[in-house]
Amino acid sequence: MSGGAAPLLEVRDLCVRYGSRTAVDGVGLQVGRGEIVALIGPNGSGKSSLLRAIGRMRKPDAGSVRFEGTDIWRVGAREYARRVAFLPQAPEAPSDLTVEELAWRGRFPHRGLLAAASKADRTAVEGAIAQCGLEALRGRPLATLSGGERQRAWIGLALAQEPELLLLDEPTTFLDIGHQQELLGLLTRLNEARGLTIVMVMHDIAQAAHVADRLVAMQGGRVLVDGAPTEVVTAERIEVLFGASVTVLRHPESGAPIVVPAAFLRGGQASRDLDRVTSEDGQ
Amino acid sequence: MLSAAPGKKPPPAVTMVAAGGLLLAAMVVAVAFGSVRLGPGQVFDGLFDRGDPVARQIVWQLRVPRVLVAALVGANLGLAGVLLQGITRNPLADPHILGFSAGAGLAAIAVLVIAPGTPVGLVAPAAFLGSMASAAVVYALAWRGGISPVRFALSGVAVAALFTALSTAVIATSDLFTQATLSFLAGGLFGRDWSHFEQLWPYTVVAGSLTLVAAGWLNILALGDDMARGLGLRVERVRLMLAVLAAVLTGSAVAVSGLLAFIGLVVPHAARLVAGNDYRVVMPLAAILGAALLVVADTFARVVLAPIELPVGIVTAVVGAPAFLLLVRTRT
Repeated sequence: MSGGAAPLLEVRDLCVRYGSRTAVDGVGLQVGRGEIVALIGPNGSGKSSLLRAIGRMRKPDAGSVRFEGTDIWRVGAREYARRVAFLPQAPEAPSDLTVEELAWRGRFPHRGLLAAASKADRTAVEGAIAQCGLEALRGRPLATLSGGERQRAWIGLALAQEPELLLLDEPTTFLDIGHQQELLGLLTRLNEARGLTIVMVMHDIAQAAHVADRLVAMQGGRVLVDGAPTEVVTAERIEVLFGASVTVLRHPESGAPIVVPAAFLRGGQASRDLDRVTSEDGQ
Repeated sequence: MLSAAPGKKPPPAVTMVAAGGLLLAAMVVAVAFGSVRLGPGQVFDGLFDRGDPVARQIVWQLRVPRVLVAALVGANLGLAGVLLQGITRNPLADPHILGFSAGAGLAAIAVLVIAPGTPVGLVAPAAFLGSMASAAVVYALAWRGGISPVRFALSGVAVAALFTALSTAVIATSDLFTQATLSFLAGGLFGRDWSHFEQLWPYTVVAGSLTLVAAGWLNILALGDDMARGLGLRVERVRLMLAVLAAVLTGSAVAVSGLLAFIGLVVPHAARLVAGNDYRVVMPLAAILGAALLVVADTFARVVLAPIELPVGIVTAVVGAPAFLLLVRTRT
């Protein structure tokens, strides 16, 4: 995290409302350059709405989002898109669009409407394709790709934007465990190699704790706790957040917290309850 | 499955030249054939407004302007179809189905039936205004803090149904059911001359050029509203601008031709089948193919039952429906 300078991203007293429902209710958040921050919390906690506000998808009803100290609504949409890339949860595209064509769409904020492709455009697209390991897939239509490959292709588009900040909404949700790992590995590499700052909404707490420098846990539109994964992920907090009774273990190698449901552990509260119920039935 | 081999599309320049050649050939055939038989020499002389006065009259005053009008109307409807399918991300969208032309029908019928004394010259402006009005109604109904493509398509279908019903009501309750009304409803180019050409070409040139410039926006819009916003596209503003272009192209075309179905629906699919998904190629190709299709259809309409003429709208529907089904089946 940088010292005296303004943080890359700063959210102040942010409120987002949908009709009468307040999705984000006075959130403050700072993200330093080069950080990976995961937003976690139950469904409807406001984490996606917060991400969308940061991505300039929607104007805040109150408060502000600042990028390098400037309110993001005071810069143009294209200018912001040259510095911040946003990947929605289930992006759509014409099914016959190829991986390479998709990556080229990422150059839109950098190009004039009628301008020919520049050398910088080509370098950015090729770089994105190489970094996402898409060389062999470049001519393939999106419809023929597996879920994991398709998600990498979308990241390729985002990288072709050459952003400083990458925003992702549940990037691993529709992937199997192998592709989840591959994708998180890719994001970690991009963070290390490019210094890319990443803010993402994540569903899986263990994954979030594994990959992120910081977790921001949200509930009811507010930040419940914001800190290192080991601070944030405790059995008490998960109980408060999700109403789930869990046990927190440690990853044997990395020490990252792992959350498992208490009921699956022999001797856990739930299984003791179960024992009691069975024994009562027996009498 | 040839269509399932992407990346094997011909280079855009080749596609354009081939389509341009097709259009030119269609126009030559259209000028050469008609209910009156003319020799090649007479047609050739007529093209330069010289030679035998009767042939000259037929070629230069009847056939040439009509072929040009057909080409412009076809180009406009093809472009409007691509725009509307792009805006709504719905392959079933076209100016007819989305109610963009329904207002033209109602306005024209109101003028022709309710006020039969009105000079025929006022029908076209009324149709244009009616078309713009129905497009505005569709857009306003779809607006709720923003336009959702689905809501846009559904309001369009509803407005089309309503305006068509109103048109039918006007016709059904009137004793003055004229030939002009029928031919406007079916869509026809009978008797279209240089005045219609002069009325139409500025719209095609100006709105058409803007459409070609805007094609890059459609490429981004195709990735969904969120992604488009994330790439810095001002989605609502762009969608409104493209809808206005589609309304102008549709309104100016139907003011001249009446309610031609199917061109706006079929042509974008044909263009995408040939050119893929890049709207910068699809757009000009749709203009050329739309022009060629309507020129061919109109020639057919003039010649097939000569000296009786079919309304070309019937030809485009009869040819368009099976062609559309064929496209849909080979694509999916």
